[in-house]
This record gives sequence, C-alpha cells and structure tokens, in this order.
Amino acid sequence: MMPQVLTRLAPQLIALVVLMGLVTLFYPGFLSISYSDGRLVGPMIDVLKRSAPVALLAIGMTLVIATRGIDLSVGAIVAICGAVAAYMIASGYGLPLALALALVAGLAAGLWNGVLVAVIGVQPFVATLILMTMGRGIAQLITEGRILTFTDPAFAFIGSGTALGLPVPVWIWLGAAVLAVALLRRTALGMLIEAVGINRKASAVAGVNATVLLVAVYMAMGLCAALAGLIITADIRGADANNAGLWLELDAILAVVIGGNSLLGGRFSIAAAVIGALIIQTITIGIRLAGFPSEYNLVIKAVLVLVILVLQSPRIASEYAFWRQEARRKREAQLKGAGR
Amino acid sequence: MNTRTLPLYVTIAIFLVGYLICWLQYPNILSTRVVGNLLTDNAYLGIVAVGMTLVILSGGIDLSVGSVIAFSGVFIAVMLRDSGLHPLLVFALLLALTTAFGAAMGWLVYWLAMPAFIVTLAGMFLARGAAYLLSVDSVPIQHDFYRMLQGAYWLMPGRGRLTLIGVLMLAVVAAGIVIAHKTRFGTSVFALGGGEATARLMGVRQGRTTVLVYAFSGLTAGLSGIVFSIYTGSGYSLGTVGTELTAIACVVIGGTLLSGGAGYMFGTLVGVLTMGLIQTYIVFDGSLSSWWTKIVIGILILAFILLQKGLVRLSQARLNAGEP
Repeated sequence: MMPQVLTRLAPQLIALVVLMGLVTLFYPGFLSISYSDGRLVGPMIDVLKRSAPVALLAIGMTLVIATRGIDLSVGAIVAICGAVAAYMIASGYGLPLALALALVAGLAAGLWNGVLVAVIGVQPFVATLILMTMGRGIAQLITEGRILTFTDPAFAFIGSGTALGLPVPVWIWLGAAVLAVALLRRTALGMLIEAVGINRKASAVAGVNATVLLVAVYMAMGLCAALAGLIITADIRGADANNAGLWLELDAILAVVIGGNSLLGGRFSIAAAVIGALIIQTITIGIRLAGFPSEYNLVIKAVLVLVILVLQSPRIASEYAFWRQEARRKREAQLKGAGR
Repeated sequence: MNTRTLPLYVTIAIFLVGYLICWLQYPNILSTRVVGNLLTDNAYLGIVAVGMTLVILSGGIDLSVGSVIAFSGVFIAVMLRDSGLHPLLVFALLLALTTAFGAAMGWLVYWLAMPAFIVTLAGMFLARGAAYLLSVDSVPIQHDFYRMLQGAYWLMPGRGRLTLIGVLMLAVVAAGIVIAHKTRFGTSVFALGGGEATARLMGVRQGRTTVLVYAFSGLTAGLSGIVFSIYTGSGYSLGTVGTELTAIACVVIGGTLLSGGAGYMFGTLVGVLTMGLIQTYIVFDGSLSSWWTKIVIGILILAFILLQKGLVRLSQARLNAGEP
C-alpha cells in the first residue's frame, strides 16, 4: 500500500525537493528552522502557513475536477464567507455564530453551484461563472463596499495564532486534508466520485446516485472555500470584498493539475494536489527570497501550465503510444528476420 | 417558433424595455450625449466582445483577453516613450504581436486537444506577466498624434459626441457580422461549435479554423487595447483585470449559446449596450452602489443560460418526436 502511494506522489515530491534546493542555492537560509517563544520559525514554516488558502481550495477542487467539473467561483465564495464572518463579528454576534454562519454561507454557495450543474445540467464552467461574476457583488453588498475591520483576538487566532509550535492555518489545512483522505479512501466514496467523473451515465446505470454525489462534491468545495475565507479574513483582521481570494481559483486549479490530476476527470489524489499547493507557494516565496522581482511569478506559472498541458494532452499521449508501438513492431520484425 | 432566433429577440426586448424604464425615470437618457457616451465608454469592451463571440461560437473560450488589453496599453506607452516610432507603426507592431499570440494559443488548443480555458489561462498569465515585465507603474502617453485621436469626434444634433473610438467599435461589430454570418470561415466556425466530429466529417478544416478563430480574438484584443489606451491616455499593467469575464457576460446576454454553435454577432452589440445601460442608470441614480452592476449582470446571465437550456431541451424533444 505505502510504496504505491509513494510512486503516485513521486513526481510532485521530487519537484518540491528540487525547487527547495534551487531556492536554497539563491537564499541559503531557506531551510533553517529555529524554535523560539514556543513556536517554530523559518521560511519553510512561512511556506506552510501561506499555502493554507490554496491547499484548502485544492482539496475541494480535486474532488470537483475528479467529477469532470470545474469551480471558478471559489474566489468569490472566499470573499462572501470572509465578509459574512467579519460582518457578524463587527455587529457583535460573537465568534461561534460568525464561524457557523460563514460555513453555512459556503455550503449554500456550493449547493447553488451543485444544483445548477447536477440538477439543471448547465456545464460546470458556465454554472460557476455566474457566481464568480455575482459573488463579489454580494460580498460588497454585505460589507457595503468598505473594508470591514474588527478586533477580536479569538477570531484573529485562526489566521495568525500558534498552536503546538505550528501556525493555526497549517493545522486547519492538514486536518482538512487528513479528514478528506480518510473519508474518501476508507469508504467507497472516493471510488464513486471517480466513477461519476469517468462516465456519469454508466455510473448512474450501475446504481450510483450521481446527482446527489455531484451536489455533495460542490458543497464540499464551498465548505473548503469558507475555511479559506475565514483564514484570509482572520489573518488580515478585515474583510476586503474586492481583493480577498482574487485569482485563488486559478491557483487552486493549478495546484490540482500540478498534482497530476487530469482535467478530464476520473482518478484523483488529494495528497498530490496539496503538495501542488506547496509547490506554488514555494515558487512564490522563493522568487521573493532569491531577490527576483515578483513580476516573474506569473510568467513562471504560465510556463508551468504549458508543461503540464503537454504532459496531460490525450493527443500527445496517443501519438507517443503509437510511436512506441511502431518501434516495437520494427524491432520484432528485425528479430524475426535475424532468426530466419 | 424558431428556437434559434428567440434569444436574439429576447436580448433586444430586454434592452428596449430597460431603456424605456430608464427613460421614464430620467428623460435625459435618450439624449444624443448619453448615447454618444454609451458608445465611447464601452468601445473597448464591444471590440473585444466581437472576438470573444467568434471564439465562443466555435465552442471555445478565451480567458487571456483582459491581460492582452493591459499588455497592449503598456506596450504602446513604453514604445512611444522609449523608441520614438510613430504611433501608427507601433499599432501595426502590436496588432501583429497579439494576432500571433492568439494564433499560437489556437494552435495549442488544437494540437494538445486540451480544454481551451486552461490553455488560454496560461496565455492570461503570460500576457499579464509580460506587461509587468515591461512596466509595473502606470505609463502616461504623451504624443501629438494621440491628442488628435482623443479629440476626434463628430458633433451629433443635440450636442452629443460620436467619437472616433465609438465609430471604430461599430465598424468592428459590422466586420464581425460579415465574418461570422457571410463567409465560408464563419460557417466553419458555427459547424465546429455545433460538434467537432460532425464538422470534421463535413470537411471543415479543424486545425486551420481553430487557429484563425483565436488569432482573430487576439487581433480584436490588441485593437481593444489600442482603443483603451486612447480612452485612458496611459498604459497600466494592472488595468482591465476581469475584462474577459465582462466580455463573456456580454456575449451570453447577447443570446449566444455558451457551448457554441448558435448565436448572432449583432446580439453581442446589444449585450454590450445593455451592460453600459445598467452602468449609466446607476450613475444617473447616484444612490445605487456599483456592486449592483455585478449582481444584475449575474442575474441576467443566469436567466439567459436557463432560457437556452430550456430551448435546447425543447428542440431536442421536437427532434425526437418529429422526423424519424
């Protein structure tokens, strides 16, 4: 079991290690971790902490992409949930109610997307585009166009606190990832999701309730986005409806495809997607630490996407298979000729 | 009832009813001044939406256009500042560059057989990154030729200004209508959007058509970048973020099927004007906040997608019930 998992994760792990090595070449202090005031400090810890939003989104996005879908609205959901939590705190409703309502808002947004995709049958790309356009408007409606700030140490703890030596956001995304993997791989749920992604009709004929499963997947995505929104809002102690979660949907999709998950649905690995999120964050922080202007970030991401596209392309895969078959046939013909 | 033209009629009806409601509240909205501004303010959006319509008709999507517009502005501003070339020469260089960029993306979409949105996503990163590399700050454009372009308008009766860029937008829409509905290439685009396998069997050259569609989108994005730089008088690498979404929204509100294969170029113009009308109304009202634009546009997109879903089901049912 274990070696199999390692083989699956090998390309992502190797990429991460190589990247860390590269950054260390330019910035020797990258790997140093020290212990002070009851917490670990160092650039690597920073990478772990700042990966939290993208890693959380990547967990949900992996599931959505495994069903052959896509969710473009997660950035907007992040903004909505952050706005809801900040509004509740600022209005004095207390932390538990604020957290609960923010999570409910994420679930509701997921339900909306899920119903459009699974029940009404709109393409996922189009269905989630609606909330992507509308979502920031709704978030601005909640914050009334201002940046809602608050002072609640308990809420800020979620974004910038430390527990057991590690930042709280790290515990949140680690916990979410472990929970998701346990839930999906210890039960048949993960396999059913893969079945729906590979062929929805066939899985429905085989008795999988594809509609309910799809709605549930989009709701799980909404929940992940809500958690990410809470972390971002708590970290900056304010809800910025315009900029919270901006472009995060693209980073989340990138993390999932770096994790080797096919955009065409089917088999998935949440662990690989989370490592993908770490790779993205290592690049972002590495560029800054190595002293390059952060403008290079986008160009590097573009090149990354292109490389992954070539690797995943069904046309190139089939041409490669054809070329190998041809070569083998030639070799066999030669062997036969030599034998005769 | 023709299910093909119905979305177009709905689009036009929504625009007219919307204009009527605005007019009842603010009679001034019918003046040529407002109409002229409606065209000028949305010129860059209308031009890029024409390219987007063709891409969507072919069954694809182009997410790179917002970044390409920003890149164009920065490219023009930096070239005029540093090289001393005439603006017209810079325009020609830029259009060649963005058209080649679009063609390259189209070739990748075809060659890799991957979803267009992820290929153009890479293009979006690349164009935005290139703009950043040229300049992070906003670069002002100071050139006599530019001042001439900015001041060029025809005074309509009622003192409304029909500006050069407004006329250019209408011309691009007209060219788009001819290309989409009157040429062999346009027919290939519709066929490709209707179904790739069917189109191939019909003899459509899929590779060539795909490359040309994205090249056209790159061309209109470059043109839109020129217009936007004339409109704002500067180039800014952080500008026009999310314009691709607004353009897609215009196309959908204009009645084009987002999965491709059906729609009208003229509808896109009405979609752009509807979008402009909502913004004009919010400005006239004064008390409404700008975020209502996003919410109303979202609701409009939803309504159109549901309408089209219903129409597609209706015609499917008719096909199944009708001729064997």
